[in-house]
Amino acid sequence: MPVIMDANRMGRTLARIAHEIVERNRGTDRLNLVGIRTRGDVLAKRLAKALEQITNEPVRTGALDITLYRDDLMRHVVGPQPLVRRTEIPFSIDDQKILLIDDVLYTGRTIRAALDALIDFGRPKEIQLVVLVDRGHRELPIKADYVGKNVPTSLKESVQVRLSETDGTDEVSVTSEHE
Amino acid sequence: MITQQVVAPISKLRHKDLLGISDLTPEEILLILDTAEAMREIGERPIKKVPALRGKTVVNLFFEASTRTRTSFEIAEKRLSADTLNIAAGTSSVVKGETLVDTAMNLEAMAPDMIVVRHAYSGACHMLSRICKAGIINAGDGMHEHPTQALLDAFTIREHKKRIKGLKVAIIGDLLHSRVLRSNVQLLTKLGADVWVSGPPTLMPPGIERQGVRTTTSVDEAVEGADVVMLLRVQLERMQGSFFPSLREYFSVFGMTRERLRRAKEDVIIMHPGPMNRGVEIDSEVADGPYSVILEQVANGVAVRMAVLYLLAGGAEHETAA
Repeated sequence: MPVIMDANRMGRTLARIAHEIVERNRGTDRLNLVGIRTRGDVLAKRLAKALEQITNEPVRTGALDITLYRDDLMRHVVGPQPLVRRTEIPFSIDDQKILLIDDVLYTGRTIRAALDALIDFGRPKEIQLVVLVDRGHRELPIKADYVGKNVPTSLKESVQVRLSETDGTDEVSVTSEHE
Repeated sequence: MITQQVVAPISKLRHKDLLGISDLTPEEILLILDTAEAMREIGERPIKKVPALRGKTVVNLFFEASTRTRTSFEIAEKRLSADTLNIAAGTSSVVKGETLVDTAMNLEAMAPDMIVVRHAYSGACHMLSRICKAGIINAGDGMHEHPTQALLDAFTIREHKKRIKGLKVAIIGDLLHSRVLRSNVQLLTKLGADVWVSGPPTLMPPGIERQGVRTTTSVDEAVEGADVVMLLRVQLERMQGSFFPSLREYFSVFGMTRERLRRAKEDVIIMHPGPMNRGVEIDSEVADGPYSVILEQVANGVAVRMAVLYLLAGGAEHETAA
């Protein structure tokens, strides 16, 4: 199970992304972070801290659950579906810049669902996408604005992101299906 | 990504239908309540709609009068983007003599995905579930069960008390004719509440103690130290014969008044599934008083029914990688 990012590297990566965000947006004015549950919202909180350290300005964060917007729901009459969790966006997104945050960018379908979900909350001025890992194999025309690490993978592999808040450790690893 | 941060110990309902609480495990009940928490947030948004049930057809088939339950189901279906249609017995071919089975088979021929059924006969939903491919949701069958009412009651209790296990819940009123009672007793005992039921001896269902509840004909004993007091409507339309001398006498012996309520815990909540008969099972002062959560029950009904519809409609296998 090769580890491609350890805790130190993850910390440096997030710090670098935070600097890129500040540079591109010339500060954090009207900038809000929205993380996709469950690990994107953890990353959003960490990025918010990193941004606050750079600019000394508070940055608002929210969490988005995209389960009800998935395009692969309801394909069978009876079957398991992912647990629906609460969406918490405690601010108006109208005319705001939204940084959408997820852990792994793969087919792009999660991001498509997240964009639909976000638009139901209002009309943001701009949405930018932050991902910790881009593993390729896009099925939709979606591209991240900030990428922690590009990881070429095969379809048989799976990328695991673990975060200390949810999994007890900071680490990204690649496993093949039948390991 | 594999999502592991699970609140309920399971993430699916292995059922086509929701016929009664008796078919649900405690884990399944908790899953529905947890999912309802997420659904409630949708009702607080500016755009109160998500695409989860897009392209699904849900028929609301109501053979008995209903405002709350039918509207609540309809709002829940619309918030999930399902296509809904309502059939009320009074305006359907039922008045021309069509049987329930024929009505259902004709509906089934038009391939709805789910049918929400209310019927005066206990077991009507069970029968339909055997002949229909569509999922059947019981919205009240005779004197048998009303599962979504019990679920929304549990949701409301959990919201106020943060738990259900160990609470003293007093259910008072026309026990005999109440499907709300039967569903609530099963749900609350499955989740470990201490359930007391009280009402006139003539309206006490035979063998109710075997369901794990305590019975008393003294309202005061039932209310003593209660965390939750739930009143049930005196269902005159189901009564053939006289069960008590007069409504006035019923109120004086079993009606919930502010004086009787003093015996309950200080933070007691008052519940009623509606419709209320003010001055019969409940005094207006109590119904509109500070402990009453009766309108919250109605509001929570939408979220709970959204959860049930979503979980029963089912989805594809969860992608393991994002």
